[in-house]
Amino acid sequence: MKIPISVQINGRQYDREVEPRLLLVHFIRDTLRLTGTKVGCDTSQCGSCTVLLDGVSAKSCTCLAVQADGASITTIEGLAGTDGLHQIQESFWNKHGLQCGFCTPGMIMASQELLRCNSDPSDEEIRHGLEGNLCRCTGYQNIVRAVRDAAGSMEGGSQ
Amino acid sequence: MSASTFGSGIRRREDPRLITGSATYTDDINLHGTLHAAMLRSPYAHARIAGIDTSQASQAPGVVAVYTAADTEGELAPAPCAWLLPNSELKIADFHCLAKETVRYVGDIVAVVVAESQYQACDALDLIEVDYEPLDTVVEPKQAAATNAPQLHAGIEGNQAFHWTVTGGGDIGEAFEKADVVVSETIVQQRLIPNAMEPRAALASYKPATGELTLWSTTQNPHIVRFLCSLVTNVPEDRLRVIAPEVGGGFGSKIAVYPADFITVFCSKRLGVPVKWVESRTENYQATTHGRDHIQEIELAATADGKITGIRATVWAGMGAYLSTAAPGIPTILHGLMLSGVYDIPAIHEDVYGIYTNTTPVEAYRGAGRPEATFMLERLVDLLAAKIGADPAEIRRRNFIPKFDDGHDVVTGLTYDSGDYAGALGKLLDEAGYAQLRADQAAARENGRYIGLGLSTYVEICGLGPSQVAGAIGFQGGLWESAILRFHPSGKVHVMIGASPHGQGEETTFAQIVAGELGVSPDDVKVIHGDTDNTPMGWGTYGSRTTAVGGAALALAARKIREKAKIIAAHLLEAAVEDMDYEDGKFFVKGSPDSSKTIQDIALMANVAWNMPEGVEAGLEATSFYDPPNFVFPYGAHLAVVEIDPETGHVELKRYVAVDDCGPQINPVIVEGQVHGGIVQGIGQALWEEAVYDEGGQLLTGSMLDYAIPRADRLPDIEVHSTVTPSPHHPLGVKGIGEAGTIASTAAVYNAVIDALQPLGVEGVRMPLTPERVWRSIQDVQERN
Repeated sequence: MKIPISVQINGRQYDREVEPRLLLVHFIRDTLRLTGTKVGCDTSQCGSCTVLLDGVSAKSCTCLAVQADGASITTIEGLAGTDGLHQIQESFWNKHGLQCGFCTPGMIMASQELLRCNSDPSDEEIRHGLEGNLCRCTGYQNIVRAVRDAAGSMEGGSQ
Repeated sequence: MSASTFGSGIRRREDPRLITGSATYTDDINLHGTLHAAMLRSPYAHARIAGIDTSQASQAPGVVAVYTAADTEGELAPAPCAWLLPNSELKIADFHCLAKETVRYVGDIVAVVVAESQYQACDALDLIEVDYEPLDTVVEPKQAAATNAPQLHAGIEGNQAFHWTVTGGGDIGEAFEKADVVVSETIVQQRLIPNAMEPRAALASYKPATGELTLWSTTQNPHIVRFLCSLVTNVPEDRLRVIAPEVGGGFGSKIAVYPADFITVFCSKRLGVPVKWVESRTENYQATTHGRDHIQEIELAATADGKITGIRATVWAGMGAYLSTAAPGIPTILHGLMLSGVYDIPAIHEDVYGIYTNTTPVEAYRGAGRPEATFMLERLVDLLAAKIGADPAEIRRRNFIPKFDDGHDVVTGLTYDSGDYAGALGKLLDEAGYAQLRADQAAARENGRYIGLGLSTYVEICGLGPSQVAGAIGFQGGLWESAILRFHPSGKVHVMIGASPHGQGEETTFAQIVAGELGVSPDDVKVIHGDTDNTPMGWGTYGSRTTAVGGAALALAARKIREKAKIIAAHLLEAAVEDMDYEDGKFFVKGSPDSSKTIQDIALMANVAWNMPEGVEAGLEATSFYDPPNFVFPYGAHLAVVEIDPETGHVELKRYVAVDDCGPQINPVIVEGQVHGGIVQGIGQALWEEAVYDEGGQLLTGSMLDYAIPRADRLPDIEVHSTVTPSPHHPLGVKGIGEAGTIASTAAVYNAVIDALQPLGVEGVRMPLTPERVWRSIQDVQERN
């Protein structure tokens, strides 16, 4: 049995029929071939699969594709639009906020949520805000720097 | 752009693809017609397989094939162990890709399902009936070595995979007999799970018409994968192409070539279509290699004034159920030979017993043997300081090897390259404000607060290593690196290099090396790596060797180019070669810098070859093979400051200060990032991480829910400093920095916790230092008193 769903991802409409059990992350990666969103665990711990679901961050491995029917989703591929890099991406680059890059799409999407909720976070608030995303390479310090840098650069601007 | 690029913290060229989600990791590759493999893994840690029934699974929707060991007979050799440690009574048990008759750890592969989708393949796993007859299990290495322990492998008595010994210097027995002071301890270097964020994966694509197979692999060493895969699967090495695309971290867990990789190749060969296998995180925990797992009984002899006279140790190293690719060398060569550390120690003896247990095989894990050696020494030195009532910093100073800049022999047989250990410690104490911290600590104790300071001074063996040594220690490969540097007519450069970085940033670093040597912009240098068809031979990224060995090969290739370019420039300027000078990408007649030829001018001429000197070949390209004359030995000194809540046992890491010396830094921002990440992994071992098995061999910490990976909110900012001591034998003087942080930090944090607990009478706590363990250790002392 397949169920029709209609999802807007990065501004584009996708109408597909999916198995009820298909995870949203597999729908994004395997059905739509948007492979920037990653799968790093099977228990919702690592946050590599974080996307924006109707503007709010969500772990797409913990959501069924059918639950996203009618939703608007932003993945890492759609964060910046067509005009270059989003400020958070730029800041991760400038502050060496990544090494192997596997956690990075999820980390950037989680940072977007963090800054949406708090445009001027302290280091402690950044660390607390990103505790649901794991990185094994950086020790987080440069990720914190990157988010702080992004907050400073985005101040007063639209998010 | 100029030589000043070398040493500059420029942004990484890797990052634009990574921050936009456009990088391609193995699981991101989709070939037309790909089938999906799923592995059926044993739920028992030790059992006889009485029968397997795959008939139902074979009929399941979407299933194309189900294979067991019987199907691979004659087509898949056992997964090889490639470090044949000499003089160690090494006994290698066959590690069959698909278990025959017996399974020996939870995760041993029993069958593989190939289906049209990953979901269908996983569904069908549940339909395979395996009749297991459970056997007795043993998971702890010292227990496994006991005479009455369950035996894993027929003919391997006492489960002993090897017994290796290092003896150096004077008579160790005499050192202890004559000692004024002896301190001893038993340390459990707990088993750890590497947790590269990208799970392992393999995509194999066999072309029946040509007999060629391409394997995309999440590996740290694609050329080793090609070599071993050709031996195991019978695909000739010239028909086998291994590609390591973007690889999401490794930390040692992507060195080994695994049964699942070979099985995926087998499936593609058998079916004639691409087959992809991607592990789940649960599988990663069960079957991707673990690290550490030592039980160390250690003792130190010293004079009354704290001069070390001997170190003696016995280590039981749990190897898991089989010997992984490089496993025997980790607790021996990379551990035992480092037992002198930064200290002048006249006598050393260690016995290492490698023991099979019903657990996941171990391998290198960031630091690989050296964290275990550093921890032993740094514990013993702190125990010695406590015993004779000296400050831990002072006891280290009394025992340091004095500053040297061109070689120092230690009794384990190594020759360190250069070091100033007292200098690193001095800088650390200054930067941290050590004297004030000690005063603050004393004042806090007066107020009932438990603050501790922990030092760790280390040296590591890196840049592995001279190939002649590799042969002598049984490593079944070379340890040189190679690079091809090619100028195109427009002056742009391609670098093809055998080393295979996977997150460390060497695409950037390598471009900076070329820029420094040839005066081109790093933006004009493309670095190609990770594809065995397009790169020269390389022996892999591990042991902090990629910049140290691969980077040296690249620098030497650039210098060959410079020599050839100088000849062409002399010809074009109608001068004698010996009259030519070079500076910053320009060749000119000595004393006449205004009349010059740039490297780009020469690249164009060499490529069109209209006017070349007689006897000089067209093209501007060089290949270099660099086989290092010795290892390199980075070092440093770290300090951790902790505070403990005695009511809860909670350890708060308040400060962490590091001084590391990796020689000249090609990109200091990248170096700092490596230091951060390394330190946090070592902190993880000290405070949170442990792979726990129950007595039946079930992995209790089998998911990220149960295994405590460091999180952002638990860590302070790390204060990073450095000293710069070039390696005398290295073309660039560089030493390597990938593992330094991990090697130092576990001991620093541990020593800080014990220092904090000192007024409470606690002398040792088993790692990780969880609140429960710390709290119980305090209660135990109070109950005893």
